[in-house]
Amino acid sequence: MVTTPLLPSDYLDLASPLRAGADLRGRIEAVHPETGDAATIVIRPGRDWRGHTAGQYVRVGVDVDGVRLWRAYSLTSPTHRRDGRVTITVKAIPDGKVSNHLVRRAKPGTLIQLDQPTGDFVLPRAKPAKVLYLTGGSGITPVMGMLRDSEFDDAVMIHCAPRPQDVIFRDELHGLVADKKLRLTEVHTDTDGMLDIARLDELVPDWTERETWACGPAGLLDAAEEHWNEHGVQERLHTERFRPSIVVAGDGGEVTFSATGTSVDADGATPLLDVGEEAGVLMPSGCRMGICFGCVTPLKAGAVRDLRTGEITEADPGVLIQTCVSAAAGPCDIER
Amino acid sequence: MTAIDPTAHLTAEQIEELGRELDAIRDEVIAGRGEKDAAYIRKVIAAQRKLELVSRGVLLFSSFPPAWLIGTAGLSVAKIMDNMEIGHNVLHGQWDWMRDPKIHSTTWEWDHVSPSEQWKHSHNELHHTYTNVIGKDNDLGYGIMRVDEDQKWHPVHLGQPLWNLINACFFEYGIAAYDLELGKNLEKRRRKSPEFRARAKAVGRKIRKQVLKDYVIHPLLSGPSFLPTLGATFTANLVRNIWSHSVIMCGHFPEGVQVFERRSIKGETRGQWYLRQMMGSANISGSKAMHFMTGNLSHQIEHHLFPDLPSNRYAEVAVKVRALFEKYELEYVTGPLPKQVFSAWHKVFRLSLPNKKPKVTTPHRERELVAA
Repeated sequence: MVTTPLLPSDYLDLASPLRAGADLRGRIEAVHPETGDAATIVIRPGRDWRGHTAGQYVRVGVDVDGVRLWRAYSLTSPTHRRDGRVTITVKAIPDGKVSNHLVRRAKPGTLIQLDQPTGDFVLPRAKPAKVLYLTGGSGITPVMGMLRDSEFDDAVMIHCAPRPQDVIFRDELHGLVADKKLRLTEVHTDTDGMLDIARLDELVPDWTERETWACGPAGLLDAAEEHWNEHGVQERLHTERFRPSIVVAGDGGEVTFSATGTSVDADGATPLLDVGEEAGVLMPSGCRMGICFGCVTPLKAGAVRDLRTGEITEADPGVLIQTCVSAAAGPCDIER
Repeated sequence: MTAIDPTAHLTAEQIEELGRELDAIRDEVIAGRGEKDAAYIRKVIAAQRKLELVSRGVLLFSSFPPAWLIGTAGLSVAKIMDNMEIGHNVLHGQWDWMRDPKIHSTTWEWDHVSPSEQWKHSHNELHHTYTNVIGKDNDLGYGIMRVDEDQKWHPVHLGQPLWNLINACFFEYGIAAYDLELGKNLEKRRRKSPEFRARAKAVGRKIRKQVLKDYVIHPLLSGPSFLPTLGATFTANLVRNIWSHSVIMCGHFPEGVQVFERRSIKGETRGQWYLRQMMGSANISGSKAMHFMTGNLSHQIEHHLFPDLPSNRYAEVAVKVRALFEKYELEYVTGPLPKQVFSAWHKVFRLSLPNKKPKVTTPHRERELVAA
């Protein structure tokens, strides 16, 4: 009542955005380069951060060119860092808006949004006797979180990266090898070619006896899953895929109005407002020309094209679209 | 129609070309929106909140006259910032592109007795779509005034300068009643419709909260300064109301701004819609501070052409828009605040009396529409 129509937290956020009770945020405290295109971001999370289990990831909301974009990154810090900070390690992918921003432009002091950590690509409570880590590229990041968190008597790792200098955490990995805490095979795909999964017998003869965590490009994971299946040991393989679905922006597609359970085919030129109304869905509407924002509706999945500018908008939590000036750019799901 | 159409010299092709040129201006701003703009609105919001906090803090000691003055001035400015540069523009969706749920047209609530949701409908949707169309855009005279020679005069209009003054003082309540379409809905059958009742209830809730905050809780918190704080808040609301009423009157009422017939917008093309916005709006000239305090509604013409562009960009857009006015030989109605306010009030007074015969100063656009 004292602050209506705002909430007291709107004022408290001015002074103390990381306090208990605030929306979960973090402050970037440092950015350490790892390789030419990867960096570790040190984050001080808000007071309500619940902590993570090694191997888990966190969704972060970063403002890139003023637009808040959410991405998931594996936590690479051990679970009980004394200073309460956590780290994510980000590899800049070509055209990746968030990853390039974090690796090349992020500045200490910046606030970012956080979700609580999540994911079931984690170690079991009971330590397995023998472990195999099979990783490629930035797939090393959740595994690094595990390696920093707990030691195994017998741990083997096969890691694939284009060149030696592209191996993230290379010095630290070699340190573990020197301390006899890890046996490591680096596959440099620029010179050695892609890892042939059949070579596994030669590289790690007892691989079928090992509890395996694999993370990396889809090709590597597909081959691993097939291989473990063939040998009937699929229950020993744990995989993590970073990009489970890739949106392909096309021209028109099947539009699902999930709240009402309606699905229709739409072309790439008809506004989704018309598509919905035609299908009998009760759509909020306004000026029908893109100026009043009376028709904005959550886009839950897929992509839409702005009919005025041609701009593509992909689904992301919290993304709202103006249905009167947006058309389907491939299959999409509108929350109505 | 007795007046001359000031757009009569334009061909249909020219009007569509004008529309394309305006689209290009819009696209350019959208392509360039970014970090700086986001930082701007965040800075303004933070400044507004700090100013309000400090002002209310000072008012705790408002039995001391200098504290009363400083606190009242600060709170007035904070309330103006909330309504104009922040509220009005956020509710237009100007900042939705940032995808920040806290600065978004669907979640924003302002320091105003009209709930955001209702205002968005009557303002964004009705007023901005049907700008200055008699019988469609109720912002023309707010349903309580005669604002055009062609509207029939009635003796009740003699009182309209007084209504307008009262409306200025209690503007936020006027807007709330207007958003509720109170006049129309007081009719017995409509009064009972569940939809209207729900909306009236929402307004009631908002008024109760606002009044409780401004006139009960904060004065009580001030303890011995109860009455001075009460007076200070009342004054701040009054200042804010008169200010926003003045700014808004300057947007569409000054002499030279045109109104349109209902049938003139039938089958309107994008170019024609743009042209109507250009001829139906007026600007206020002045300093950067003036533009800021009007919520950039001093760039009313640009705002009406591009209601969803971030307000901090209207100044740069105005240069290009003005060049188009010149290119197409159209009148860009603008002037300093006192002149525009006087012009608008003058019209209110003049139209409170029946038309003096042949003189008509507000021309109409009555276009022969080419059937598509």
